[in-house]
Amino acid sequence: MPNSACIILIPLLPLAGFVVLGLFGRRYFSRFAGVLGTGVVLVSAVLAIWVAWQYFGTCLADGYCRQTVPVRFTWLRVSPGLSIDMSIIFDPISVMMIFVVTFISLMVHIYSLGYMKGEERYATYYAFLNLFTFSMLGLVLAGNIFETYIFWELVGCSSFLLIGYYYDRPTAVAAAKKAFIVTRFADLGFLIGILILSFYAGSLDIRTLIQRLVQPGSQLGSITTASFLGISMLSWGLGLVFVGGAGKSALFPLHIWLPDAMEGPTPVSALIHAATMVVAGVYLVARLYLVYVGFDHFEVLHVVLWVGAISALLAAVIACTQTDIKRVLAYSTMSQIGYMMFALGTFHPVGEATTLGYTAAMFHLFTHAFFKALLFLCAGVIIHRVHSNEMQDMGGLRKALPLTHGCFLIACLAIAGIPPFAGFFSKEDILLAAWDSNKPVYYIGLFTSGLTAFYMFRLYFSVFWGRPARAGGAQFGAGGGHHSEGSGGRHSEGSGGHHGEGFVGRHEEAPFTMKLPLVILALGAVFAGWVPFSRLVTYDGMPQEGHGIGVFAIPPVMVALIGIGIASYLYRVASDRPERAAAAFRGMYQFVYHKFYIDEVYLFITKRVIFNLIGRPAAWIDRNIVDGMMNGLAAVTAWTSTAIKRLQSGKVQDYALYFFMGIAGLAVLFIYIYS
Amino acid sequence: MSQVPLTHILFVSTALFFIGMYGLFTRRNMITMLMSVELILNSVNINFVAFNRYLYPGKLDGVFFSLFIVAIAAAEAAVAIAIIINLYRNFHSIDVEAADEMKF
Amino acid sequence: MSASAVVFYILAAGILVSAVLAVTSRKIFRSAIWLLFSLTGIAGLYFWLQMEFVAAVQIVVYVGGIVVLIIFSIFLTQQSGKDLPVPVRGRAVLSALVVGAGFVLTYLMMMRYSFRPAGSRVAVASVGNIGAQLLSTSEHGYVLPFEVISILLLAAMIGCIVIAMKTKPENK
Repeated sequence: MPNSACIILIPLLPLAGFVVLGLFGRRYFSRFAGVLGTGVVLVSAVLAIWVAWQYFGTCLADGYCRQTVPVRFTWLRVSPGLSIDMSIIFDPISVMMIFVVTFISLMVHIYSLGYMKGEERYATYYAFLNLFTFSMLGLVLAGNIFETYIFWELVGCSSFLLIGYYYDRPTAVAAAKKAFIVTRFADLGFLIGILILSFYAGSLDIRTLIQRLVQPGSQLGSITTASFLGISMLSWGLGLVFVGGAGKSALFPLHIWLPDAMEGPTPVSALIHAATMVVAGVYLVARLYLVYVGFDHFEVLHVVLWVGAISALLAAVIACTQTDIKRVLAYSTMSQIGYMMFALGTFHPVGEATTLGYTAAMFHLFTHAFFKALLFLCAGVIIHRVHSNEMQDMGGLRKALPLTHGCFLIACLAIAGIPPFAGFFSKEDILLAAWDSNKPVYYIGLFTSGLTAFYMFRLYFSVFWGRPARAGGAQFGAGGGHHSEGSGGRHSEGSGGHHGEGFVGRHEEAPFTMKLPLVILALGAVFAGWVPFSRLVTYDGMPQEGHGIGVFAIPPVMVALIGIGIASYLYRVASDRPERAAAAFRGMYQFVYHKFYIDEVYLFITKRVIFNLIGRPAAWIDRNIVDGMMNGLAAVTAWTSTAIKRLQSGKVQDYALYFFMGIAGLAVLFIYIYS
Repeated sequence: MSQVPLTHILFVSTALFFIGMYGLFTRRNMITMLMSVELILNSVNINFVAFNRYLYPGKLDGVFFSLFIVAIAAAEAAVAIAIIINLYRNFHSIDVEAADEMKF
Repeated sequence: MSASAVVFYILAAGILVSAVLAVTSRKIFRSAIWLLFSLTGIAGLYFWLQMEFVAAVQIVVYVGGIVVLIIFSIFLTQQSGKDLPVPVRGRAVLSALVVGAGFVLTYLMMMRYSFRPAGSRVAVASVGNIGAQLLSTSEHGYVLPFEVISILLLAAMIGCIVIAMKTKPENK
């Protein structure tokens, strides 16, 4: 077992990087900051790989994976049995996650060396990235549920800082606020869930919590008997925790922040909103999985299942109509997370495919990180080339960007689930788990994978095939140099505060630091599927036998190929077929294009209902009653002082008079009353 | 002398004392305030002398007290006049209400 | 009602009336003169009590020194013919009440006490006796207060000069 010093270093190194870059970056390190930040994460990644290698090596040797707590440090003792510790939990999913997080973070750091070069607040950017890496690592390693919450909030904070990185753009600021508010609202549920669960279990430590909540009929059996509004407290606790996870993972209906979060720089989108932060919700449910499945009620698990399925389908449908490349990828992320979530939701007490959902979800998380990050980084190269996020400004780029083309194609094949790429294996596992537990969900999953293939290849063909838009398609930094990376309109995204020297020249595709991560991630997208996940990552540590690729794999692949075919027919050659297809579904197309008007509903609720019914009265009370009381107190004091200060007239004779009156009074007191 | 009881003399001195005090509280002119203070001191003097004559006829301590009081009163009056003159130079008035800079 | 009692009552009336007039008179010069009459009446009282030396000191120092000093300062600081300002009505009433209450309180206390003379030997308050006791160093001697008072007078003199001195202007 690797010693705890190594394990602690993994999150602490990026923290040190954040502190150093945050405090001194601007002054001393302005150009060296990138190397420093990347170096720190490189060491962390190497350590993580080594730790993972050792851990899974012992796993395979021992025959099962054990869960240990190598580090525990009591931070805040609330009461004798209840304390908030800083502890590290070491089990298959946390080891897998630290590998994923540090690896993808490293790729993004290297990529940003080229992408964000020349940026004014370069050091701040790397500081924030390091902060995010630290927070995410802390989250996955947390062994105490309150510690998880702390890092959860830290991750949200880093996300806010990074989405609003271009703070002089109002759209970016608004997007950052939206992300933060929506996730914060969900975190309220998370907190209440934590409190409920820890109240009934009497502990905040995750292992103890799970142990106590899973034992039926123990002295803490009251959690199943106590109920509120007819639902047992355990379900409430788990449901609220799931709400927190759903907010962070952008599941329906708390998904509205994710598309807007694309206002941040593209590497940030790759790291946070594709590969790591948004899977925090999935990770949370996986962490508490034994509690979710430990009782006989599966209501919460049903909720998990259906929320995941609906999110997957909804996002896929919306992605088919979006025209901003990053938005398409954002909805694709939401859809894939929906897959992971409904995989976790499948559980059937009977049959051997019982725990397949857990393994499948984690496997998909693993592979998804690779190809989604790859997609975003390629998108970064494309956006840089074309200076616009809109698909209509792109086209015919396969000759101009050969490497990007290859990587993008690999990633699309992976996400569509074509063998032998990574996505095929993980998606197949998910569909198998769904088939064994809930047939309608299986069909939804199948249909959605077809849609996935369709919209991803729609994107692929629009960007790399077809007619190049507007003579070469590239508009290089024609003066001005805005670096607006927004959606819609002719915004151009430059690489610097004032169009910087991100690229060497017009003809080179991308600098080496941007190409290297693409290649590495592409290799990952190809080979990640071959990792024997079912032997390594399972919910109870015991390996499950893998299953061969059999007949079951055929329907998904067929559906994916059909999707690819339709996309090819419509988009491969520039024509008006897409417009005619859209015109055929006029009304519905508009509805989907506007994302089912969900944002408008939220806006309506917020403005009409919350502001008017809650906000205004609260403001009135605050101004008139609370402030009024304080003002009243001050006014009374002022009035009293005005009345009393007349005694201080400054006239000697008045003072003499008061003096004598006092003496006379005292004399009377002492002589007549006390004698 | 023995026909007049001591309390009558004490009545005089007490009345004088409180008259002086009334003047001290009421008069706005600093010099008249000083005059009132002299009245107060004199009332105390009468007390000493009367007690000496009526209660301790064999001793002379009351006389000495009153002599010292007179000396001190003289010194005090002189210093008070000096202060009044100084205040007059600063405030150009010996109205005691003019010196109210310690007002709120 | 013997003659000495009548004399006493006349003196007492004179003292009190002059004092009241001194305190309430509107013209400052008249106030000073009423004070003078009051102090002279007190000297008369001392004579009636057969303390001639104290009476003499009273006249010489008080009447001849302090009242004259007061009159000089009146001349120095204002026109003596002007009327004095009327006191504030509220304060006058309040102080009259308070003073009256104080007087009643004190007099009631005095009434309750029985004054008993200690011994019947009468000392003669002649100048020789006073002087001898004033400067004796025995148990009943007052030489120490005597010396202290001389220092006090010196200090008062110096203090007066310092306070009333006109400071020279700096730029000369």
